[in-house]
Amino acid sequence: MKVFVPCDMAALSVGADAVARAISEQVAARRLDVTVVRNGSRGMFWLEPLVEVETAKGRVAYGPVTAESVQGLFDAGFLEGKAHTLCLGPTEEIPYLKKQERLTFARCGIVDPLSLSDYVSRDGYKGLQRALTMTPEALVEEVTQSGLRGRGGAGFPTGIKWKTVLHAAADQKYIVCNADEGDSGTYADRMIMEGDPFVLIEGMTIAGFAVGATSGYIYLRSEYPHAFKTLKRAIAIAYEKGYLGADVAGSGKHFDLDVRLGAGAYICGEETSLLESLEGKRGQIRPKPPLPAIEGLFGKPTVVNNVISLATVPIILDKGADFYKDFGMGRSRGTLTIQLAGNIKYGGLVEKAFGITLREAIYDFGGGTHSGRSFRAVQVGGPLGAYFPESLLDTPLDYEAFAAKKGLVGHGGIVVFDDTVDLARQARFAMEFCAIESCGKCTPCRIGSTRGVEVIDRIIANQDRMKNLEVLDDLCELMLDGSLCALGGLTPYPVLSAVQHFPEDFDKPAVPPPPAQMAPKGQESSSWR
Amino acid sequence: MQPWDTDRASSLIQELQQLPGALLPILHALQDEFGYVDQTAVPLIAEALNISKAEVHGVISFYHDFRHELPGRHILKMCRAESCQSMGCDRVIEHVEKRLGAKLGETTADGSFTLDAVYCLGNCALSPAVLLDGKPYGRVSAQVADFLIDDVRRRA
Ligand SMILES: Cc1cc2nc3c(=O)[nH]c(=O)nc-3n(C[C@H](O)[C@H](O)[C@H](O)COP(=O)(O)O)c2cc1C
Ligand code: SF4
Ligand code: FES
Ligand code: FES
Repeated sequence: MKVFVPCDMAALSVGADAVARAISEQVAARRLDVTVVRNGSRGMFWLEPLVEVETAKGRVAYGPVTAESVQGLFDAGFLEGKAHTLCLGPTEEIPYLKKQERLTFARCGIVDPLSLSDYVSRDGYKGLQRALTMTPEALVEEVTQSGLRGRGGAGFPTGIKWKTVLHAAADQKYIVCNADEGDSGTYADRMIMEGDPFVLIEGMTIAGFAVGATSGYIYLRSEYPHAFKTLKRAIAIAYEKGYLGADVAGSGKHFDLDVRLGAGAYICGEETSLLESLEGKRGQIRPKPPLPAIEGLFGKPTVVNNVISLATVPIILDKGADFYKDFGMGRSRGTLTIQLAGNIKYGGLVEKAFGITLREAIYDFGGGTHSGRSFRAVQVGGPLGAYFPESLLDTPLDYEAFAAKKGLVGHGGIVVFDDTVDLARQARFAMEFCAIESCGKCTPCRIGSTRGVEVIDRIIANQDRMKNLEVLDDLCELMLDGSLCALGGLTPYPVLSAVQHFPEDFDKPAVPPPPAQMAPKGQESSSWR
Repeated sequence: MQPWDTDRASSLIQELQQLPGALLPILHALQDEFGYVDQTAVPLIAEALNISKAEVHGVISFYHDFRHELPGRHILKMCRAESCQSMGCDRVIEHVEKRLGAKLGETTADGSFTLDAVYCLGNCALSPAVLLDGKPYGRVSAQVADFLIDDVRRRA
């Protein structure tokens, strides 16, 4: 008999380890034959730690479980799925999950992340098996036909990128997985790496076969130590079982994979900066062209794709392009892994076909604010995404629909704010963040963002407010037009959207500027210089 | 954490120097072992990788992660990105800064804590989030932060 206690970092952050220990103690004390499996998370974080028991009627969920409540659960007969105040019924029937379309996340939270047999018994490596029967051209065509667009933010068609790399002649090509997931409000990459790492490994292997690359790297942010451990072990297992290395699954084809850690730089999520970092350099943006697809890692043709893009490839190959393409709206095909975050009652991962509205996501799934106060603003798409007011909540989650409203779907993070938010402060933070994370290559971003903080401070302090709002506008225009990459180029979006949709926050009684400001790292005085 | 040891550092560098793009793995290995990257490592790394000392300096200073000096015995990384802001992380951070008498980016006078700002820990459905000595905590109010600090001190 099995009991499942997630090892997902978010579940750990609210006591999952203590719960697992308490369960093991009860099992020992009661001399029961029970295995505690550490699964990934189902993504319903307000219910974590969410414990599941395997019963004759399927898996039954209990949550949020505390170590203190464990004994009572045993007494109540939770191993047979019996009633308890924490009982949530059969897991698959929980409406939050039932209403989703889990394709990329089909296994996450269900399997033991490091059990290759779990993986294979639930359709794992079926995509690869089919891929092995296809020519590289046909493989790339299948991914193109699926309509899959990059989930890292830019939404570029994955198949087209692969085609460029396939047709670039070189002695060595690379697959690089962008696991830098720096956007606030996002955790889908982390969840899949911790909860179903083999799907990413399989996706990267298929990508390698499609474009003729024999080597892959996962560039993982250092803020994810748990994902790092899981990936390391999963990769070792895949090697051991012949799913990586010189003869992948007996095909005679070669694919090597390694995971590398970033070092706390948001800009290293941008693909060229990421490649510089992987090469062991400062993470500064490379001018494009050349595209990484032509001259990427160590100067060789390189596919750079987001975790979710790559982890979606196996199901596309397994079920076919048409199956995948059937989900979605307009030119946004398939599913979006929405991440509900911030001041929200039911925060969690919602995988849904593109096209549900922001309102449906925030209210039908998210249940409104966590504080119970009224909704005021939402930032979609991370720190470079616009702040939307209530009146834009009927915008469907679709790349084009968001772009039309000067917004960004990005990596699918949705951060909700209640009515205590001050959008002038949020605009200031957007500039501050840009200053802290700027790679320093171009002036509009490096200097402009610091100036932006000062100008917003003056606006808040009511010094020449009208004039400074104009200065801010000009500054934003300069950054939009004159920045080399999207950090400087998109920071104006959260700033200008705050001014446009929430003008009253820029027209409040004066608040003097804060005394101490965070100095961006590059400008700290250091004994090293 | 081991005290800085040049021989040990050299052997760590030697183990990793053959990797393609070895610099970040080397810096991480040194910091994992010693808690920071000592200046004396710079010429060692430069020689091992056949790059200039300036290049090594440049890389170390570019990345927020790498420390130039020994941190406190405990490291509290507090998220101050948007999702955590929406749940009041600024108030929690202010509370902790006051209580410990150190700002984000600083180490307490008694060397017990280093406070770091981080920008998202991927725990945004349970904001505010922190990482204490590598362990994650979610829904961290001022009271929870006090509890965590007390708990660490009790065990010290
Ligand atoms: C400042 C900045 C940060 C970025 N951060 C990430 C990131 O953390 N993860 C990611 O996958 N893409 C990120 N991107 C997008 C990448 O540059 C790139 O478009 C992506 O990795 C391509 O993969 P995809 O086509 O699968 O989305 C970022 C871009 C910019 C400009
Ligand atoms: S916009 Fe900013 S982050 Fe991007 S290249 Fe310029 S300085 Fe670097
Ligand atoms: S690189 Fe010169 S202004 Fe951006
Ligand atoms: S913004 Fe704080 S954990 Fe993501």
